[in-house]
Amino acid sequence: MVQETVMHPFSKYLRQAMIPHIWCAGCGNGIVLNSFIHALDELQRDLDKMVVVSGIGCIGRAAGYTHADSFHTTHGRAIAFATGVKLANPELDVVVMSGDGDLFAIGGNHFIHAARRNIGIKVICANNFNYGMTGGQQGPTTPLGGFTTTTPDSNIEHPFNLVHLAAASGATYVARWTTLHVRRLTQSIKKLLQKEGFGFIEVISPCPDIFGRRNKMRTALDMMDWFKRASVVENFSDPSKAEISQEKLIVGEFVNVEKVSYEKFLHEKISHINEQAMKW
Amino acid sequence: MNGDIACAEGAVAAGCRFFAGYPITPATEIAEHLSERMPEFGGIYIQMEDEIASMAAVIGASYTGLKSMTATSGPGFSLMQENIGLAVMTETPCVVVDIMRGGPSTGQPTLPGQQDVMQAKWGSHGDYGIIALSPSSVQEMFDLTVEAFNLSETYRVPTMLMGDEVVGHMWEKVVIPSPAEMRIVNRKKPHVAPDKYRPFMPEDDLVPPMACFGEGYRFHATGLTHDEHGYPKTQSSEVQTKLVRRLCDKIGRNADRIVKVEEVMLNDADVAVVAYGIVARSALSAVRKARQSGIKAGLLRLITLWPFPEGYVAKAADQAKAIVVPEMNCGQMVREVERVAKGKPVAFLSKLGEDPHTPSEILDLIKRCA
Repeated sequence: MVQETVMHPFSKYLRQAMIPHIWCAGCGNGIVLNSFIHALDELQRDLDKMVVVSGIGCIGRAAGYTHADSFHTTHGRAIAFATGVKLANPELDVVVMSGDGDLFAIGGNHFIHAARRNIGIKVICANNFNYGMTGGQQGPTTPLGGFTTTTPDSNIEHPFNLVHLAAASGATYVARWTTLHVRRLTQSIKKLLQKEGFGFIEVISPCPDIFGRRNKMRTALDMMDWFKRASVVENFSDPSKAEISQEKLIVGEFVNVEKVSYEKFLHEKISHINEQAMKW
Repeated sequence: MNGDIACAEGAVAAGCRFFAGYPITPATEIAEHLSERMPEFGGIYIQMEDEIASMAAVIGASYTGLKSMTATSGPGFSLMQENIGLAVMTETPCVVVDIMRGGPSTGQPTLPGQQDVMQAKWGSHGDYGIIALSPSSVQEMFDLTVEAFNLSETYRVPTMLMGDEVVGHMWEKVVIPSPAEMRIVNRKKPHVAPDKYRPFMPEDDLVPPMACFGEGYRFHATGLTHDEHGYPKTQSSEVQTKLVRRLCDKIGRNADRIVKVEEVMLNDADVAVVAYGIVARSALSAVRKARQSGIKAGLLRLITLWPFPEGYVAKAADQAKAIVVPEMNCGQMVREVERVAKGKPVAFLSKLGEDPHTPSEILDLIKRCA
């Protein structure tokens, strides 16, 4: 009997040779990647013209799982690398997928400057509140009072509010969702990919095995239950007031504005200089 | 023009179309000049937020198909080291210019040094090969920048131009050849269909052909230990051994094709001076004066620092009774000279914190060794 092989309709978006993925059961990264792929499919994006870049960390492997050109950089440097790619060929869709520690601790400087310059790269951050890959250390998004392997007596550092930081740095699109908001996240990624300038989406992502179990959310369901119980959609509310707490988790689109991208300015300048030179 | 500007012009001539950097003395003029020149050729100039970002952007642009460069000095060179390792691991053609000043740390921003030459070879973690060149004149700041691009494109390896504050800032006449007179090398491209392409599968010269982003090859590259497909293989001693040995061997086994030196009056030399960079200019003058006073002295000028010109140094050591090595550091390349000099006496002349050695300082040591 000949067995028929049925391919998943989205398998063309994944680099089969690198699957299965390395993520733990209950991890939200698969949902983030799934929403990204749905957005690509709905937009019918040409993967030959897409570069997915990541730094180091669990979600950092997503670049390799996507069947586009992809690059797994050093820790924290995905945005700086992506800047080189986008400027060298502005026709390419350049997406950075990385984690909260990679993008906002070791890579924080690159994030604010890429947003300030308004380079047309699109950043999707899976925020799991800790360093999952190295076993659960405190990071720049760990909640005050949260428990990690390096804050055994609870965290005394204030976390970044990522959407506030992105908005203040000049991002033209800023949104926050959780992995519970799959459809909204997918629609939001579609909007992100269509922006000319720098855009940013924070996805609150469950990390039950590493973060949740130390913070009274031992299973993925416990974490998703928190997202369900506490999430409030407040579109275009003040990002500085977008709190993340056990009681309230404000999600939504915070910024969606148009601003000329750096690369557009740059290539206009190059054209102008060359037109002037022709006149001579 | 000055050496920094000659370097910038060399980059333009070599086909460099992407520069990312961060201001630092005494290399800033390279960035300033390229901010003006790059747009004239449709190229990109960007000032990044630091040298870490500059190096990362250079790798990104190179992978997108543009010949790419950054320029810095000691402190910035230190910051670039991790991503230089990434460029080595992902076999990224790119040029890193280090206009050396006195260190460590902030050191002496306006004075020359040769204190980064070991950092050029060993600055990033892990085992690997790179290429480093040492210009002695403003003309060579132009010529060797072109050569650095050609070598980086040929071997898919970061190539360092190790200038110093004096060659960077001094003014000399430069002859810029016409494009037809210049040898320009571009990286080799894959000649298979995208589904057959293995981005890290080397050819006989140990260098893999390089596709670029957006050409439809849809490949993956990573700083992790990877197989010929570019897929991470972090638990395999076989993959790690094969990859790291090749990264070393593609430079080591091609050393004869890479290495360049200048030999002056070495054939009958009793005292061989081994020098590089601006110091080699004083050394040449000292050698000539020694000959005038009847001492058979000769000069071996290292144009290539890495891979180390072992064969040439060994040959000079065979002939000479003594070797003199002047350097603007506490003794870096002299260790390599001692390693291959097979027991011949090696006299080291260190100079720190001021102008390069004078010819008479080197001449005194030649006389004492003769």
